[in-house]
Amino acid sequence: MAAASPAIELPAPRDTAAARILRFVAKAPVHLFLVALGALWLVPTIGLFVTSILPASALANSGWWQIFSHPSLATWSNYDALFHNSGLLSSLKTTAYIAVGNTLLVVIIGSLAGYAFAWLDFPGRDWIFIGVIALLVVPLQMALIPMFKLYDTFGIFDTVISIILFHTAFGLPFAIFLLRNFFVGLPKDILESARIDGASEMVIFLRLILPLGLPAIASLAIFQFLWTWNDLIVALTFGQTVQPITVWIFGQLREFGTSIDVIAPASFISLVVPLCVFFAFQRYFVQGLLAGSVK
Amino acid sequence: MSKGSITAEPPVAAAPPPTAPAGRGRYLTGATFLLPAFVLLGVWLVYPTVYTIIRSFFGANGYLGTFVGIDNYKTLFTTATLVRAIENNAIWVAVVPALVTAIGLIFAVLTERVSWAVAFKTAVFLPMAISAFATGVTWRILYQQDPDIGAINALGRSISSLVSTPGVLHTALPSTPALQTRNGAVVLKAPLQPGRSVKLGLTGIPPQDVPGGAAQAVQPKPRSGAIDGVVWRDFKPGGGKSGVVEKGELGLPGVTVQLRDASGKTRTAKTADDGTFSFDSLPANTTYHASIGAQTFAKPFGGYGWLAPKLITPSLLIAYIWIWAGFAMVVIGAGLAAMPRDVLEAARTDGAGEWQVFRRVTVPLLAPVLSVVFITMIINVLKVFDLVISLAPESSQAHANVIALAMWRTAFGGVNDFGTGSAIAVFLFVLVVPVLALNIRRFKREV
Repeated sequence: MAAASPAIELPAPRDTAAARILRFVAKAPVHLFLVALGALWLVPTIGLFVTSILPASALANSGWWQIFSHPSLATWSNYDALFHNSGLLSSLKTTAYIAVGNTLLVVIIGSLAGYAFAWLDFPGRDWIFIGVIALLVVPLQMALIPMFKLYDTFGIFDTVISIILFHTAFGLPFAIFLLRNFFVGLPKDILESARIDGASEMVIFLRLILPLGLPAIASLAIFQFLWTWNDLIVALTFGQTVQPITVWIFGQLREFGTSIDVIAPASFISLVVPLCVFFAFQRYFVQGLLAGSVK
Repeated sequence: MSKGSITAEPPVAAAPPPTAPAGRGRYLTGATFLLPAFVLLGVWLVYPTVYTIIRSFFGANGYLGTFVGIDNYKTLFTTATLVRAIENNAIWVAVVPALVTAIGLIFAVLTERVSWAVAFKTAVFLPMAISAFATGVTWRILYQQDPDIGAINALGRSISSLVSTPGVLHTALPSTPALQTRNGAVVLKAPLQPGRSVKLGLTGIPPQDVPGGAAQAVQPKPRSGAIDGVVWRDFKPGGGKSGVVEKGELGLPGVTVQLRDASGKTRTAKTADDGTFSFDSLPANTTYHASIGAQTFAKPFGGYGWLAPKLITPSLLIAYIWIWAGFAMVVIGAGLAAMPRDVLEAARTDGAGEWQVFRRVTVPLLAPVLSVVFITMIINVLKVFDLVISLAPESSQAHANVIALAMWRTAFGGVNDFGTGSAIAVFLFVLVVPVLALNIRRFKREV
């Protein structure tokens, strides 16, 4: 986008400083509008953070914006207390187990299947692939009741693994869809020469497909990680003592006003990790998003 | 980041001619690669789908329970909270996809030629990385009703204080049954005739609210051809007798008293420091009604109940749009970047204004992208759950109900009615299928 605009403005006879200023002034309303909107979009998150660093006593009668007139009120004591709270710490650990475990499983199982659909020949391959894609329509609500019963029967209700497997299964249709499409686009001759050299399918998969498919795998991994880190409904249904951070905070919501010094910092902690992941891998995140919606 | 944001559009047509090991081995290899995925999909998606559909025709308890026919579906469409959930979801579908797409389009177009667009896009896109659950908590802090605590109502109070000021005596109440409150004003019940002196006593005024300059209240003597009176704080430390002007009770200065005659004509008078007021040269043989105007008692801005049953759904919609506008902006922005520049330039060269270019060229060319965003948002909105359960307080959740929440509450929220819960899940499934099927049909066309 940035590269296109100077090219358009080239025909201007003489780009004097005055002309540039004029152009900027003409666009000033758009700039102001965007600055205001951007600020507006940040207010809720800033509000949550400021709330999280104020003592409960200050929040009882005044809003978080009091920090601007009384900056000395800011304190880390809420966070201090939380990091000594065993409930919160174990919920963070549970969240990490679920998010990492699920991401690994989806990536491994999804790329195996994606490779099979892209490069292995077997009868009905494309129809089976369409069948897998069709499973995208199943909302997870369809599986809550049956899996609740099944987990109960097999005695794995309220375990980390049962929550992970539920996420993994529901992550697979998209994972297979995304990876298969990426693998199909990989250069064919590399694979064929490897096959002629006598490499087994597993070796081709590990040595060629996985490294070449890294961009798509990274997008998928980020999506899966964020999806499970941020999940509430699955963990709320299948966990009781096993509580990821969303469920742990959910348990405090009943006393919203009085527990705000716990709820606000805990919520902020819960969103720090996704934010870091997002900023570190923004490119892959947007790519994954676009792969899913537009070609 | 729900999986609903994904639409099936793979370039199957581009599939390479299959080249793989010959013979039986290829079945075996294929099977090894696919087995783990098939086990998971079979046990966690295919079996549950079949089971839930069957289960929706059986009673509340047990693995299947007793066959009840379509009773669960009848329950779904006749129980007030469940009908409310369907109605609310209809509102969500009617409002959110259109608004998110429109806002995304506007943002994408506006940022297209702004040098610092990345900063703006990051700010708007940020909420996509945050869980819907944490977003609920965040907005609940903003939506608090007390303007001292909730930022949005604090803003509302600032704006309303520009338009109107709270009344000097907003806490006051009539002190005797002779006075009554009507439409915010305090009205003397009995009609008056000239030659009377009236007492308008008020209580419930905290000391700090008594207007400055107030002096000992005095009841004026009756005068012929005039109506006189006093407005005073009918209370002194220790109590005092109500309806009697006593020593130690203060007049209330600056209060506007209204006198309306039978024809509806209204005169006004302001009270003095001792609370007295007078209306002179009144024609005899007419009856009058005295009152203290409503503006005296105007309440200060108390904040809107964003989280209360009446407003909870609009509040949720706003927070939801805040989350998803960034998604629409990024996807539409990518479509915009991929647009053929020469077409736009040609239109501009032909003398089309910016607005015409936008309406006649940009939007039609973006139509496929816009429809992808729109359809994705319909699917997301049908499944909305986390935001509602975390933003809506327990007391408003029945009013904020949506299908996914209704399903969860029916099956797991204490009632544990698996029959009706299954029926709600199937209903959600039936709503989502045609929307996603649109995309899958497009996908099959490409095969």
